[in-house]
Amino acid sequence: MLSRDADSLFWLSRYVERAENTARILDVAYRMASMPISYNGVETNEWESALITAGALDGFLEVYGEVSPENVIEFLAFSEANPSSIQNCIDTARQNARSVRSALTSEMWEAINSAWLDLRRYKARKIKVEDLPRFLNLVKEASLRYDGSAMRTMLRNDAYWFSRLGLYIERADNTARVLDVKYHVLLPQDAAVGGGIDYYQWAAILRSVSALVSYQWVYHQNLRPWLVADLLILREEMPRSLAACYGALSRHLDDISHRYGKAGAAQRQARATHARLTNRSIDDIFQHGLHEFLEEFLADNNRLGLAITSQYLC
Amino acid sequence: MAARAIFDEMNGHDGQSRDAYRVLQDWLKSAPPQLLEHRREEAELFFRRVGITFAVYGNTEAEERLIPFDIIPRILSGQEWARLSRGLEQRVKALNMFLKDIYGPREILRAGIVPPELVYLNPYYRPQMHGLSLNSDIYVQVAGIDIVRVDDQDFYVLEDNLRTPSGVSYMLENREVMMRLFPELVGMQRIRPIENYVDELLGTLKSVAPSSSPWDPTVVLLTPGALNSAYYEHSFLADRMGVELVEGRDLFVRDEMVYMRTTEGPKRVDVIYSRIDDDFLDPLVFRPDSALGVPGLIAAYRAGNVAIANAPGTGVADDKAMYSYVPDFVRFYMGEEPILKNVPTWRCRERESLSYVVDNLHELVVKEVNGSGGYGMLVGPHATKEACEQFKSRVLAAPDNYIAQPTLALSTSPVFTEKGLAPRHVDLRPFVLTGRDGVRLVPGGLTRVALTEGSLVVNSSQGGGTKDTWVLSE
Repeated sequence: MLSRDADSLFWLSRYVERAENTARILDVAYRMASMPISYNGVETNEWESALITAGALDGFLEVYGEVSPENVIEFLAFSEANPSSIQNCIDTARQNARSVRSALTSEMWEAINSAWLDLRRYKARKIKVEDLPRFLNLVKEASLRYDGSAMRTMLRNDAYWFSRLGLYIERADNTARVLDVKYHVLLPQDAAVGGGIDYYQWAAILRSVSALVSYQWVYHQNLRPWLVADLLILREEMPRSLAACYGALSRHLDDISHRYGKAGAAQRQARATHARLTNRSIDDIFQHGLHEFLEEFLADNNRLGLAITSQYLC
Repeated sequence: MAARAIFDEMNGHDGQSRDAYRVLQDWLKSAPPQLLEHRREEAELFFRRVGITFAVYGNTEAEERLIPFDIIPRILSGQEWARLSRGLEQRVKALNMFLKDIYGPREILRAGIVPPELVYLNPYYRPQMHGLSLNSDIYVQVAGIDIVRVDDQDFYVLEDNLRTPSGVSYMLENREVMMRLFPELVGMQRIRPIENYVDELLGTLKSVAPSSSPWDPTVVLLTPGALNSAYYEHSFLADRMGVELVEGRDLFVRDEMVYMRTTEGPKRVDVIYSRIDDDFLDPLVFRPDSALGVPGLIAAYRAGNVAIANAPGTGVADDKAMYSYVPDFVRFYMGEEPILKNVPTWRCRERESLSYVVDNLHELVVKEVNGSGGYGMLVGPHATKEACEQFKSRVLAAPDNYIAQPTLALSTSPVFTEKGLAPRHVDLRPFVLTGRDGVRLVPGGLTRVALTEGSLVVNSSQGGGTKDTWVLSE
């Protein structure tokens, strides 16, 4: 297929996934912030950590003075100054979709186009904090619809695989960042100190990747911080874990190399990172240092995106 | 023409329902009034959701607009279509022969039928095409011929569009919407299908591939990009044909061969269905400041390694001054009488015509020779005195740039409005495909309608809308 089309599909999926991730981050902040202070912990500012998780704190501070709920919502959901705001993600996704309409199925196009139309309506009026959940639901549903249409209607060929690659690179990046922002509450030595307060932090992490209930099904026990990390890093059955993302990335890169009859740096890198995630235990990672591990992972993940681009997309 | 009541496609001159419309009219009488309003809303929703939009240049406010769709179909009987399609085929054949002649032996100039300066001074004349033998002898693979009528007898050609005619996606989508919204009505009579247009287009394009290309040639559709007003159509056609939608930057030329950049490396391209102006095809040959084109493309084309449809330089045959000679092309090249009529045309470049035009501006439609899309024209009877005066001085300053025609009492067709059915002026753009293996036509075309009461301008950029067009089986 055309390199430019593959590139647009790759980024289209990344942007839809990013919009959904930002919606989840805002959702967690909203829930945590609406908890009574005695549960929530006095020290934490959930709206600020939403900005950090979204990688948007610096950009935010350039525009706003105060980290208020209204400001954070505006910046993460609507602001034009924030290239990764939900609004900008959906705008960019639609631009990409328009330029590759012939590579999309009509269901995928309609999912993007109606999300874009719906969001424009929201943008027109200021959203109140209490209306946030409804808005976030809309974004999550748009992403589900896009993803579902892709799964159900696309031919299983390179167009499909490139769109999946974008999605998993973005998802892996997001999961690693969610963990990294909260890594201090996951360290074993903090477990004793934390008590009730940290419990909510762990739950929030899980919730931000839709894994709170899954946790119970996998471990059958109360929340333990190292198990939260285990679930999100190493468990292949957890769809947003780093291991699952890399399983999918290596699989789809192999699909492409089989179809094209040749492999390259992208295949090698994905396989190496996947191997590092499957041959390790969570104890091992903690000994190495969770924060260091996640930083390395984020850099590797970024490098894989670049390798895919230079091998196929330009 | 003006003395009689305006001819209506459904009701004729006298309000007597015409045969082809009888089923529709009975159905309209029996349909509850809310039903039509409901379906109209559904249709709009459909177009919006699917994103069938077009961009209006110079109008940032409404970057993407819907072309208004009217739910009342326009109907042609089998006999009407038979006559019209014969005329179209004849006309397009003559136009292709003219282009072959102009870029070859130029017999028509030597015979004194067309003044040479109309060719050589035409901005769309491409000297680069001269002496080039196309392996198929076809210059215009896709033509959109604008047809109007003033009674139930004759079809008049208003304009030949031989460069990058658009609108066929609306023709196809309109039918799809009608079948979705009015299955019961569509099922009540035998409407000839048009859905095969895309297959016919692909067949036509493949038929003109260079002789060196493989058995199944690679076809691409070349678009200026997502900001172009017809981008929706480009992506629609590429998608339905199953060919890549490319921009200039996706193509490159090496050793006079054209390739596209793909995820598997360079891939050879055999046929380019070009939807960009000649000017932007190749910066080495045409406009050097263009970022849209493909450097070296024309060299590859001249070497016979790639086909471009339509060929560069077809615009010399479709400007409004050349238009008035097309009936002569038919007589000169084919020895036949033209089946389709031309609208009488005054060429302002001719002295007597000019003085007639200037004196009768208020009764005429005056058009810029190279204008399109309803821009640069004056509809005399609807224009203010000042506008007429202004236009007059423009015409006098550069008479060669203008032609004038009588204001035709264009036929009307009923449209659905808030106040019920009301007549509005319509035209028809059938699409004529010409391949090495002959002419292909799907029955019908795009009916455009001037939605403003009394308006004669049907262009989508000027607030026109569209309708589905039905050709009934004989």
